[in-house]
Amino acid sequence: MLEVEGLRAGYGSVEILRGIDMKVEAGEIVAVLGSNGVGKTTLNMVLSGLVRPRGGTIRFCGRSLAGASPAEIVASGLIQVPEGRRIFPNMGVRENLELGSYGRAKPNRAANLEKVFAIFPRLKERIGQFAGTLSGGEQQMLAIGRGLMAEPKLLILDEPSLGLSPLLVEEMFALINSLNADGLSIMLVEQNVVQSLELAGRAYVIENGEVAIAGSAASVAADPELRRTYLGL
Amino acid sequence: MYSADIIIEALLNGLLTGAIYALVALGLTLVYGVLHIINFAHGALLAAAMFAVLFVNQILGLDPYVQIPLLAVIFFGLGYGLQRLVIGPASHGRDENILLVTLGLSIIIENLLLAGFGSDTRSLNTDYSFAVFEVGPYLLGQARVFGAAGALATAALLWLFLSRSDTGKAIRAVAREKIGASLQGISVGHVYAVTFGLGCACLAVAACLLLPTFYVNPRIGSAYVLVAFTIVVLGGMGSIVGAMLGGLIIGVVESMSGLFLGESLGQIGIFLIFILALLFKPTGLFGAKA
Repeated sequence: MLEVEGLRAGYGSVEILRGIDMKVEAGEIVAVLGSNGVGKTTLNMVLSGLVRPRGGTIRFCGRSLAGASPAEIVASGLIQVPEGRRIFPNMGVRENLELGSYGRAKPNRAANLEKVFAIFPRLKERIGQFAGTLSGGEQQMLAIGRGLMAEPKLLILDEPSLGLSPLLVEEMFALINSLNADGLSIMLVEQNVVQSLELAGRAYVIENGEVAIAGSAASVAADPELRRTYLGL
Repeated sequence: MYSADIIIEALLNGLLTGAIYALVALGLTLVYGVLHIINFAHGALLAAAMFAVLFVNQILGLDPYVQIPLLAVIFFGLGYGLQRLVIGPASHGRDENILLVTLGLSIIIENLLLAGFGSDTRSLNTDYSFAVFEVGPYLLGQARVFGAAGALATAALLWLFLSRSDTGKAIRAVAREKIGASLQGISVGHVYAVTFGLGCACLAVAACLLLPTFYVNPRIGSAYVLVAFTIVVLGGMGSIVGAMLGGLIIGVVESMSGLFLGESLGQIGIFLIFILALLFKPTGLFGAKA
């Protein structure tokens, strides 16, 4: 579904991604792991068209996405729920969700709104509230709900567990699991190595702008280097 | 001391003028609220719009009010093009460059107007320019009443557009969260250009509403834009409600200080408000908290 080969990108004279190879197949949960500053968010920005790649190829559903605009990428069904949520704090919960279908699936807006409310009843309770007044967990629900409004083929979740209490993290990961069970392909970009590997089928560990470890979640979890660096074992 | 009737009449006239000031400020505050830049070409574009009204009136004989839809569309297109083809590309994404580009634009526009129309002060007289409505004991200039009604209607339309339409929602989304908006498939460049176009369309409507009673020359823009800045600061940078309310307040202040200090000193009150607002309420009446 998503195939990335030799992807390079950076800002100014700083090269952040030094040749990333990865792919996500339909129906998978793929975890992209790594600590702060290894280039995970830059990778997402490139995939969503907000940062131009300097080299390599990105193919999504058989089409090249290199050089495509963010709007074209959204229209093709690759939807990102960004780090820090980036909801619209000055707008209501309903308006935030409505804008989720600005670039894709607009005719199904009303039906998808009901689907999102069925997944997150909490958002329906908060429907008239300004998004900026929601709690952190609710804002994360809103960001994911907004992403679902576009009927994604592939949903990229960037640090969905960031800033949530352990209980909410459990809830969020259970939700990701159930979205995937309904057929949604998910690329889960996380620092939370242990829980992500429990959820994902395959995983990539990024270090210094390159894929350091790749394979099935079980094999990555058993990798001695990963255990040393991330788990302190 | 003046009688109550004279003071009330001045108050009403101030509100009427203030509504049109508010419309000029609306364009400024909208562009600031979304693009986060001060558009220094705002005054020059208003002068250009006023000359356009004059020109169309001379060529086609159209009444200024009849020109509103025509000029609003033309100036929307002009604003869209300016942002998309000139201001955006020339600024390379840096705010300080945008400042200089709009300043440069204002100089170009003013000099084009000087070259095209000369430096004479002109006015456009209509049947209703000097006619008045008698409301009880008060005399209200007809053109001012129409002007205020048109300004309020335009503001209401703009508000509806921003709150109801998808494009309007996209504008509000981009104003606060550019990356979040891009990730929903909203083209930030397009939204910027639409916003700039709307700002210019507000000016075109304001020009149509102003000309029956106010004169025009190529440098007239700066007079309005100073008032508009005061309104925007008083109302809160980027706030539409603030611009409307600020406009009405400034209109009344101008009219009252004109009444009590003499017509030539009428603007002193405006700048007093400007300084007071900056000293005691720098975020304005409806401004976002810093």
